[in-house]
Formats: sequence, structure tokens, C-alpha cells
Amino acid sequence: MKKDYSIIVGGAAGQGSRKAGLIIAKIFKRLGFFVYIYDDYQSLIKGGHNFSQIRISDKFIAGRREKIDILIAFDKKTVDMHESILNTGGILIFNKNKTPEEKGVGIEADAIVKHMQGKHIMANTAMIGGFLKVVGIDWTVAKPILEKELGGDINMKIARESYDSTKEIIKIEPNKKTKNPEYLMTGNEAAALGAAKAGLDIYYAYPMTPASGILHYFAEHEKELGILTIQPENEIAVANEAVGSAYAGKRTMVASSSGGFALMSETISLSAMSEVPVLFINSQRMGPATGVPTYSGQSDLLFSINPGTGDFEKFVAAPSNSEETAYWSGKLLNLAWQYQTPAILLLDKELSEGTFSIGKSIFKDIKKEKEIVWDKKGEYGRYKITKDGISPLAYPGVKNAIIKASSYEHDEGGLTVEENEGIITAMQEKRLRKFEAMRKIADSAGAVKVYGNKKSKIVIISWGFTSGAVREVSEKLGLKFVQPIVMSPFPIKQMNKALLGAEQIILIENNALGQLGTVMASYGIYADKKILKYSSRPFTVEELENRISKAIKR
Amino acid sequence: MESKKINLETTCPNTWCPGCGDFGIMMSFKQAVTALIEAGTPKENIVVVGDIGCNSKIADYLNLNSFIGLHGRSISLAEGIKIGNSNLKVFVFLGDGACLDEGISHLIHAAKRNTNITVIMHNNRLFALTTGQFTAVTPKGLKTRSTPEGSIEEPLNPIELLIASNASFVARGYSSRIEDVKNLILEADKHKGFSFVEVLQPCVSFYNTIEFYNERVYYGQNPNLESKESAMKLAREWNYNGEGRIPLGIIYKTEREVFETEEAALLPKVRNFEKCLQAHL
Repeated sequence: MKKDYSIIVGGAAGQGSRKAGLIIAKIFKRLGFFVYIYDDYQSLIKGGHNFSQIRISDKFIAGRREKIDILIAFDKKTVDMHESILNTGGILIFNKNKTPEEKGVGIEADAIVKHMQGKHIMANTAMIGGFLKVVGIDWTVAKPILEKELGGDINMKIARESYDSTKEIIKIEPNKKTKNPEYLMTGNEAAALGAAKAGLDIYYAYPMTPASGILHYFAEHEKELGILTIQPENEIAVANEAVGSAYAGKRTMVASSSGGFALMSETISLSAMSEVPVLFINSQRMGPATGVPTYSGQSDLLFSINPGTGDFEKFVAAPSNSEETAYWSGKLLNLAWQYQTPAILLLDKELSEGTFSIGKSIFKDIKKEKEIVWDKKGEYGRYKITKDGISPLAYPGVKNAIIKASSYEHDEGGLTVEENEGIITAMQEKRLRKFEAMRKIADSAGAVKVYGNKKSKIVIISWGFTSGAVREVSEKLGLKFVQPIVMSPFPIKQMNKALLGAEQIILIENNALGQLGTVMASYGIYADKKILKYSSRPFTVEELENRISKAIKR
Repeated sequence: MESKKINLETTCPNTWCPGCGDFGIMMSFKQAVTALIEAGTPKENIVVVGDIGCNSKIADYLNLNSFIGLHGRSISLAEGIKIGNSNLKVFVFLGDGACLDEGISHLIHAAKRNTNITVIMHNNRLFALTTGQFTAVTPKGLKTRSTPEGSIEEPLNPIELLIASNASFVARGYSSRIEDVKNLILEADKHKGFSFVEVLQPCVSFYNTIEFYNERVYYGQNPNLESKESAMKLAREWNYNGEGRIPLGIIYKTEREVFETEEAALLPKVRNFEKCLQAHL
């Protein structure tokens, strides 16, 4: 029996197609499926065309399919745009009052809404109701979810009337084969919750798509999470306020996208020099400059691992789905504090705003790990020379300590040093020892993931969101898939271990220059072939299967 | 109460030019801090935030908690510190270039937000550490290294700007009047909200204004400190070019809600992480 469906729900901006998609996804989650939602929208508020592509499967998925099984069209444009990718035997469900002439299942959505005296937007409820019947989902399964998500008597009446007036065409049976994860979560929500679990105190951000979701999430949940959420005047203020609060002893995180992240770059250097930890998130869009704001790309890897002036090391991790994002958001916050350094979580639009299945247990693995603090013995020096280069922390307000931080090169007490080469060298070397410790911890298990056929001599390498689709295709084609998550310090030992015995390396990235290829080459790892896509849209699994098959040496 | 002598000295060699107005400002601040500590403020709760410029070296010369940040960004850094721990008394020292050129957006927004910090702007009316270029408050016509024919821009009036930006405490001092600047700093500290103290400071190397100020400064009286209209009148007595008398003292003062207090009031007593997770079921 078929256990992999791809569904598009689309309409004009403002028609509520995204919400409808999320509700449908939640119902399938209840039926035991793994879910992934791709949201597509333009940089506008009303009109235009929005759609959500929902994939459900009995195994983990995190990539789009080119073809769809079911199209739910709120308007004519949705039919025109997506009808051609409907599989043979696929089902078109449309709003008969908006686009009367179609072949498929017409739902009198507007008429039902009018009959129930609902608001125009409730046509999306009618479309959900009709869809549920078409795919043979029991009303009793759907009802509690609809009540929770939509609430209200009118919405429920609309859904029910639409459900009852439609005919069942197929029957999607619940998945009982595999146990699916408990939650549905976007990458942005996962980034917020992962950091929250690791003891985040304050979140600063200036709005910028696709990172704004994190700001919205924290602002909406300030009263539950107890995390102060502040929107200063620009990204430079954001970053500097975050450094200030961290100096005062509070764990801080900031986020932006590409250009906004670039504005923080001087402050990333400040964080490194003053050894004040901050977690920065860069949710990439396709660049350069303003680029393609509501679409995707992986074109900031090189910049994100080299974002500031001067000699310094920093932690950078690029997860591929919500589960990895939650984990690394928490992990990086802990690492930033333990090594008193900037850390960067690299996301992209698909990861930030895509919705993924995620297990409960990941949040049990994340906790606040302690930083090294002053033992209150002897005279305090913010930059005390130590064996491992890590100088114990103290925060202003602590008795018998003078805490002097600085963006200038400084002595152990934090006073500016310009003349004394000996102190300047010693301070650089203190930091170098710390960087060595950072390299060691970065190159540990979990920094690189391996999937698929472990014995395959053909190895696919990819990273970030692209990994989801690549993993699926690699597994299908019986190839080995290697996914580095830690990007800086680069986990070279883990990479070499994963690549042992590789005869052909194929690198796949969603950018124009093959940036991970550049990083790998600097460590002596060369890709034989590169598969790149830079149209600002993510790879589909069909497209990948086709391009990988062509790239393989036979 | 501290019984032993309060030591505010560090081992950092002072590199200010002999006769620099910064010495006067540091003297005023040391006296103010000593008074605060003697009156019961724990020394460890005082934080000095420096920017980049001659003025900001003050952080190196004071045996107090301090953070020297990036050029133009010290106000943001200070706001972050205050938001991080509202028990701290945060004093920002920066020059006119940092405050009114590089970092002017932070100044305006900190005033608008009413974060409870004290900003002390050393105003020598040019960039000095970079050997003399014009800033936003350089008088029109002044020859500097970047304006060899004389600056063609009209100077900004920062007092006017701050009143318009809704700063809740605006004052002006003169670095040669040490006792008065000390008192302005103490008043600014006492004020709950964003305090801006401009200190006119001659630069003996690039723009020596000692005689100019000595002839023009006087103690201006705003008959109604809460009136923006009368404050603006005082502010406009001198336009940062040549003419006019220069009023010193508190120019504008009003009470309103403090940003970080209002923010903190939003936080719950108990965190409920689980509830947030449940929403994703």
C-alpha cells in the first residue's frame, strides 16, 4: 500500500492556505505519519500566490517531490500553476465557487461559508473538510484537531457540512508500521526552543525574513519561556546589546538573515576579542545583497565561517532539519559559554520556515551546561593566562573583582596594551590555546553524520537543508551520504573517517560556487563532481535522483 | 560603609595630551564615583562603558568594572549591560564623533526607549585620536585634516536633538568646571531614565577652545525643567558655530517609565517550557 503522499494546498495570500496546510499535516501526524511541509510565498502581503506542499511518509522525510498526488486549489491560479505536476490518477480538489470549470472534486466552499454565516476566510475550513472526506479520513479522527486548531462553532459546522457533501475517493490508512515523532515544528521554532532549553535569558533581533519567525516565537511566548525579547533599532544595536547583556552574565542570542547578519560582523569580532559569548543565527536567503528574500539558498557558508576581522576561531553549525536545529541551537549556546566565543547557527529559508517531524526526546538531551566561573580566590583578571586558554568568568556586581572587558588587545586585567609586544603575543597565544581546545571539541562524534549504504564507494556529500532530500535519494540509490553539521572548526578527522574508501565523491549544494567544496579543498578533500542549484528553490527528490544518476561513474 | 580609601587608580599609563579637557572630566567622574560609594553604592555595581576615541581611554584609567566596545556602539553595549542586570549603574563615555556621527541612531533610540543609563559625551567638536577630522558638531568653516578649505556643513545641535528625541535628562557641562560636572553626573545618575550629559572639552592639540568657552559659558536657568519649549529656547542660544552665549547646567528633565523595568515586568515568575512544547503536538 502506498505510504508516501505529496499534497499541495494553494491560494492567494490572505486566503489561509498555509494554515490549512498545517492542519492537514497535524491530522496526518495523528494518523502516524512523518510529515514535512514546504511553504512557498512571495515578498508581499495580499494577492500573489502562496502554497504549502505537504509530504507524508512512513519514514523520515525532509525534501520536496516534484510531482503531487493531491492538489487543493483555493483559486484558479493554483489550478493553473500546479495542475501539470499532478500524478496520473491524482486528485484535484477545488473551490467550485472560485474556479467552476475544473475536472475533479468541486467544493462549494464559499456557498457553505455563506450558509453558515461565516467569514470569507473560512472557505479554507470548507476546503479542509472536503479534502478529509476525499481521502477517507474518519471524522472522529479529524474533529478534535479541527476543534483545537480552528475552534468555534461556525468553523466546525462549515467543516462538517463540506465533509458530508463530498464523496470518498481514496482511503489513506493510518501508518502503524513505524512510530512517528511526537511534534511538528519549524526550524525557527526549534532554534528558539533549543536555545531556551540551554538557558537562554535574552533574545535580541531586528526583523528580517526568514529569521523573523524566531522573533515572533519568542515575543509570543515571552510569558511562558521567561526569555526577555527585545527588538532594537538595527542589527548593529542587536549584536552589541547582546554582547553587553552577556558581559552582565546573561545568555543571549540574536538572529538575522544574510545582509542583516553581515551588519553584525564587526560585533562578532568584538565577541571574539572581548571573549564575551553570544549565539548568532544566520538564516540564509539566496544572495548576494537583498537577493531573493523569501526563497532559499546556501550561499553564505564561506561568509558565516569567516564573518569577522582578525585571527579568531568560532563555532559554526549548519543543521538540516528541526531536530538537528533544536539540538545545535542548544549545543552552540553551551559551547559559546564554555569557550567564551561567538557561535553561529547557520540556517536557511527552507529550514527556518519548513515544518518537520521532531521527536520529544531531543529536548531531554538539551540542558544548560555550566561555564567556567571564577572561584573567588586571589585577584581577578578577566583575561588570566591559563593552560587551556580559558579564563574564568565573573560578572559585574561580584564583590572583590574588577571586571574589565575590551575590544582592544589587553593584558590579563583587561587594560589596553599597545607597547608591550610580550603581552600582546602572550594574549594571542592564550586565545590560540583556546582555539585548539575548540577544534578538538568540534571534531567529535555527531559533527558529521553518515547515512545510506555505508559500504558504497560512491559518496555523496551535502549539508544544511539540502541534506534531507539528498539523504532520501542516497538511501534509495544505495549510496553513502556524508553530512557535515559542524562547519567551523571544520571536523576534519570525522570527515576523513566518513570518507574512508571513497572512490567517487559527489558534492551537492544549493548555491552557485560550491562553497562547501572550497572549505573541503582547504583540508585536502576534493569532490569529483558537483551538483549545484541556484534558482533560489530547493532540490526536489526527483531532480536529485536524475542528476546523481547522471553523475555516477559506471 | 567603606572604611578604607577608595582606590580608583590603575597601572595603565595615561596618554592624554597635557592640558586635555579629558583630565577634568575624569577628575569630575572620580569625585562623583567616590561620593556614590561613600553614600553606599557598592563599587562592584558601577560599570564604565567606553567607546573608541581619546575620551574612552578613561575606562583604562579607572579601577572600576568596564567594557571598551566598538566605535559608535558603546551606547548599545551599555543598554545591553543595563538590561542584563538592572542593579548596575552604567556610565558611558564617548566622543562627539562616536555619539553623533557613527552611532547617532543608538543615541536617539536609547533616549526614545528611556533606558536608565548615563551617557557622558566629551565634545571637543572634532575627531582627535585620528589626528583631527570634522564631526557632526564641527563649526562651519573650521579647517581640519579632512576639510582643508574649511567644513562646509552646518553643525548639529545635540541638545536640541536630544530634547526632540524625548531624552528624559539633558544637561551640559564644561570640562574646566570640575565641581559642576561632578554635580551634573550625580544628578544624571540620580535621574531614573536615560541621561545625557554633554561636556564641552577643549582639544589642546587640534582645536583649542579654552578661551572661546571661558568667554561664553554661563549657568542657564530653565525656569520649568519639564517644559520642552523653554528647554529648546536654552538649547538654541548657541548653535555650535561662533555666536551666542553657551548655557550650562540641567537643560531638560522629566520623569517617565524606564525601559528595562517595563521589559522585566513582562517576565513570568516560573518558566513553562513544557507548555510551549505541547503546542507542537
